[in-house]
Amino acid sequence: MNLFSLVLVNLFRNKRRTFLTMMSVVIALFLFCALRGVLDTLESSIKVGSESRLVTRNRISLIFPMPQSYWTRIAAVPGIKSVSLQNWFGGRDPVDPKNWYAQFAVDAPTFFPIYARDVEITEFSPPQVQVAMPAGLDPKLAAFMSEQNACVVGKRLFDKNKWKIGQTVTLAGTIYPGSWPFVIRAVYHAKDPAFGEETMLFHYKYLEEKGMGGQGQVGVYILELSQPERAGDIAKAVDAMFENSSYATRTETERAFQAGFVSMYGNVPYLIGVIGLAVVFAILLVAGNTMMMAARERTAEVGVLKTLGFQDGTIFAIVLAEAAIITLGGGLIGAFLAKWGLQGSGFNAGGFLPPMTVSWTTVATGIGIAVLMGATSGLIPAWQASRLRIVDALRRVE
Amino acid sequence: MAIPISYNIRNVMQRPLTTLATGSGIAMVVMILIGAFALASGFQAALVETGSTENAFIRRTGADSEISSGVSRDAANIIRALPEVAVGPDGRALVSTDLVVLTNLERVGQTGSSNVPIRGIDPASLALRPQVKVADGRMFTPGTDEVMVGKRVSRRFKGLGIGEQVKLGQQNFTVVGTFTAGGSAFESEIWGDNAVLMPALDRQDAFQSVTFRMRDPATFAALKKRLEADPRLGVQVQTEREFYASQSQLLASVLRVAGVMITLIMAVGAIFGAMNTMYAAVGQRTREIAVLLTLGFTPFAIWMSFLFESVFLSLIGGVLGCLLALPINGITTSTTNWSSFSEVAFAFRVTPLGMGIGLAFAAMMGVVGGFLPARQAARQPLAATLRAG
Repeated sequence: MNLFSLVLVNLFRNKRRTFLTMMSVVIALFLFCALRGVLDTLESSIKVGSESRLVTRNRISLIFPMPQSYWTRIAAVPGIKSVSLQNWFGGRDPVDPKNWYAQFAVDAPTFFPIYARDVEITEFSPPQVQVAMPAGLDPKLAAFMSEQNACVVGKRLFDKNKWKIGQTVTLAGTIYPGSWPFVIRAVYHAKDPAFGEETMLFHYKYLEEKGMGGQGQVGVYILELSQPERAGDIAKAVDAMFENSSYATRTETERAFQAGFVSMYGNVPYLIGVIGLAVVFAILLVAGNTMMMAARERTAEVGVLKTLGFQDGTIFAIVLAEAAIITLGGGLIGAFLAKWGLQGSGFNAGGFLPPMTVSWTTVATGIGIAVLMGATSGLIPAWQASRLRIVDALRRVE
Repeated sequence: MAIPISYNIRNVMQRPLTTLATGSGIAMVVMILIGAFALASGFQAALVETGSTENAFIRRTGADSEISSGVSRDAANIIRALPEVAVGPDGRALVSTDLVVLTNLERVGQTGSSNVPIRGIDPASLALRPQVKVADGRMFTPGTDEVMVGKRVSRRFKGLGIGEQVKLGQQNFTVVGTFTAGGSAFESEIWGDNAVLMPALDRQDAFQSVTFRMRDPATFAALKKRLEADPRLGVQVQTEREFYASQSQLLASVLRVAGVMITLIMAVGAIFGAMNTMYAAVGQRTREIAVLLTLGFTPFAIWMSFLFESVFLSLIGGVLGCLLALPINGITTSTTNWSSFSEVAFAFRVTPLGMGIGLAFAAMMGVVGGFLPARQAARQPLAATLRAG
């Protein structure tokens, strides 16, 4: 019999206790990694968004628009390859208000080419009429381009609502009142997951004519740069153009723009981090105590082992190994359950978060905590067991 | 006959370290549950208290928030002249036609920025919201480029201290005072004269909402029906309180659901811990149990006794958790209310209900955790245990 099998035998002797303790550790680590994962997700959602695209919005805040006349003026700034526009629509499903998703009015001929690397059209209607397609635009969007109230929806959204190509979806406008029918003419898949597949995109012209009385104003301008390394200067140049007008702008990289949304969560991510720590501490405390209790029960056994000739150091290793197996095993299971279970399933808290990621750093931290805990709750009993005099061990009455 | 509970209490006291460890585990679970509820309650309270049941709140039909609403000047004038509008102490109608927009400001001490609401009110209508009181400095002078800032945002954002200038739209405004509003959402806003703010922000043709004090709040239902049917207006009518309650619903329920989910998972872990402790306790006391059985206590009594011990242990943890959660009460934090797209600062609110739920949850954990171990104790074969040892 070697040492390892001795350790295993000890663990299996009280299977129930070993199981319960290990499960406690699994749950503690799972929760820790899950909560930290929320922070990871929010952080990585900042890192999306290109650094070679800029977003221009009204300086006061996102809810203020900008005039369309800015379009050509911005496009004339050196270093800018293409300019598109995007407006938040804010429609609601009149039948099921809880079915919320984002809708944007975009200028398709410029928008889709800018995002050509991030988005690909997977399903589409064949065009009913021949329509001249602007250069650079995916020919699969021909049907979409030929109809004013056509829309393109993300694959996830399409599947979630069980829509069909050619189906009409009617939304109630909240900012632009009235009933708005949209015909689905294409479905897109987001090659870059940060783009999001739960969005509906439709023609800006439709919004301008039906909702703005033909006098279109713009929510944000999207600028694609031909000189991405000059992003900072170009942004300043654009803002300087409109500095003293009544619609002053603020231009930043797409990444900074996204980061702005994440920062709106305020303190909540910090609180989540704190909860994560508290959780781990609590449950590990209990598990650690259990292991110490278990070790204390076996003093007589330790006496016997020592009588048989086992060295102090060996005893130390055995007791420590038992604690390590429980905590490390539980820790690994819990951490990987979080990583593969949550990240793999694309859990997104019902649309409130981007699809979850759990970083390897979090997994490593979690396992590190488990090891630390194993060490602390194993060291003391291991130390005590190794120093135990045979006489004292055998004298103890249970 | 039942085993006296002093047996259980003494036993729990006799293992102080174990009791403390298990109790702390349960205490943490309870504390986080109470904390999550406090977060949601605090947020909801901040919003609900913003509104009064005596004020009617009017915005455009179909708008789901204040900022996406637009009430034309004509409609506002019609509403202002309604007979149901109460008259203030100065003889004028107690009506406020509000401009509400968002401005994106940088945070103090934290990177990033958030949307802060600017509310342009009719200065004469301050009596409409009696919970608003000037805290430092003074109220803005009507007709000037002065503003006053809610106390909660004054500290959190750059440029909002008294005497500082903040650029709103095209113009610079001077902050002359801060105000409190009973902890409600108004404390997260910047207030000024709508006659000055509307041109500065280029929002001249429509207000976002109209609020007025009702002469007789009991007639609200009839008033609502009439106004919503009026084709000249195109509005939806609620009491101010109803509106703010609806704005808080989404985020509050998200916070609660998230809190409960996290707590449930934690609870499973804590229950495993409690179970372990109880199994160990039962294991150590086999001879005692055998003696009890010999004395004539029924297995059922033993079962109940150990179950009680588990619940007692958990309740100790529960009370500890409540005590640990109390200091959270009153801590302010803020987040963006996605329903209104603006930042709301609020304070954690630990309620007796929250603590009650926490304690009940602790007891439940004790029952679930102690059930199986207690059953094992009760089913102990008598002779075998007396013989062993």
